[in-house]
Amino acid sequence: MNDLIIVGAGIAGMTASVYASRYKINHLVIGEIPGGQGTLAGRVENYPGYLSIPGPELMQKLIEQVKQSGVKIKQDKVGGLAKIKGGFEVKTTKEKFQTKTLILAMGAVYRHLNIPGEEKFLGKGVSYCTTCDIPLFRDKVVAIAGGGDSAVTGALHAASFAQKVYIIHRRDEFRAEPGWVEKVRKVKKIEEVLSNQVEEIKGKEKVEEIILANSYQGNQSLKVDGVFIEIGQVPSFTLAAGLKVELDGGNYVKVKPTMETNIAGVFAAGDLAAIQGGILFRQFITAASDGARAAASVYQYLHKGAIPAPAWGQQS
Amino acid sequence: MALDLTDQNFEKEVLQADLPVLVDFWAPWCQPCLMASPAIEELAEEYDGKIKAGKLNVDESPRIAQNFGIMSIPTVIIFKGGKEVKKQIGFPGKEGYKKLIEEVI
Repeated sequence: MNDLIIVGAGIAGMTASVYASRYKINHLVIGEIPGGQGTLAGRVENYPGYLSIPGPELMQKLIEQVKQSGVKIKQDKVGGLAKIKGGFEVKTTKEKFQTKTLILAMGAVYRHLNIPGEEKFLGKGVSYCTTCDIPLFRDKVVAIAGGGDSAVTGALHAASFAQKVYIIHRRDEFRAEPGWVEKVRKVKKIEEVLSNQVEEIKGKEKVEEIILANSYQGNQSLKVDGVFIEIGQVPSFTLAAGLKVELDGGNYVKVKPTMETNIAGVFAAGDLAAIQGGILFRQFITAASDGARAAASVYQYLHKGAIPAPAWGQQS
Repeated sequence: MALDLTDQNFEKEVLQADLPVLVDFWAPWCQPCLMASPAIEELAEEYDGKIKAGKLNVDESPRIAQNFGIMSIPTVIIFKGGKEVKKQIGFPGKEGYKKLIEEVI
């Protein structure tokens, strides 16, 4: 039986692994996407120690760090979690594993606008990954829906390909870091459409126009070739719910500051987890911090309350 | 091994092929595409003799990507008798691709 299985291979799960290796906790990481959502990020400029680094590169470094300790990252989908005697069972599409403890770090998936045309035009102009698809919209006109960091950084990235970028946000100011907003305002190609929303996506074979909730410069619609939806995420809670782990109103796994859930031996970290009483902060660094704390708590759990004293640096 | 498809060899390798051909439209900047790659390679071996599998870099072969209206990657299209018969946008996991192939062969 493993001491620990980490479900999810994004920054939270991988950081938990780095710490678990330091604590000599024998463990396994199982995830569908090595690197997780971090691999979809554009440039990351708020991770300590890096002035500016592409998300995929940062995640690649973390994957290398995990593998360096001899930890196996299984690229597979976990289909079910169950309580068994002395621990838990993790079922993937191919195998079954037993473990004394679990760290749930499955992250989150894209939130949809849920408007007419969104599903119909998926892959025909509608995209949830600006980084992936914007190079296919060279010299086209695109709209980005959203006002957080991913929308604003997405708009900046889009401006280097598209001829025009509208950024449409329902509030009158962006939620993104002011530093990014300042950069957006310097790019002439980017036009801000604030206090407005996309209500419908229309076209024949592919996206041709979007209908707005409020008129913008006298028009109720905008001609666009692409719509990039960057309006945040919803936690991947299904597996957790199957294990009867307690969720909050937003379907986030409820955790204490120690990252413990309501079930002994089950911990959660990253975008899936919400520290009760804390700010819901979705950042590389907060996910990493969650992962580190969860690993320390696993150590404490396995060693009946002893606080981990890792041997930092080279080990013989 | 999945074939390297280009604007130049697409007609011959895909549209005139005897077997159904699974084409993975991808690009190196797209992380979900890189994630899908190992699955495509594995399926190319598992279904050897039943289907052909190939990868088309949309950056290097924009003409074909445009002809088939690729606006989001990864996109997988299965061609049979020179015609598009199945299409999957986004990475559905290896099992998802397998299901698509099973419906065609």
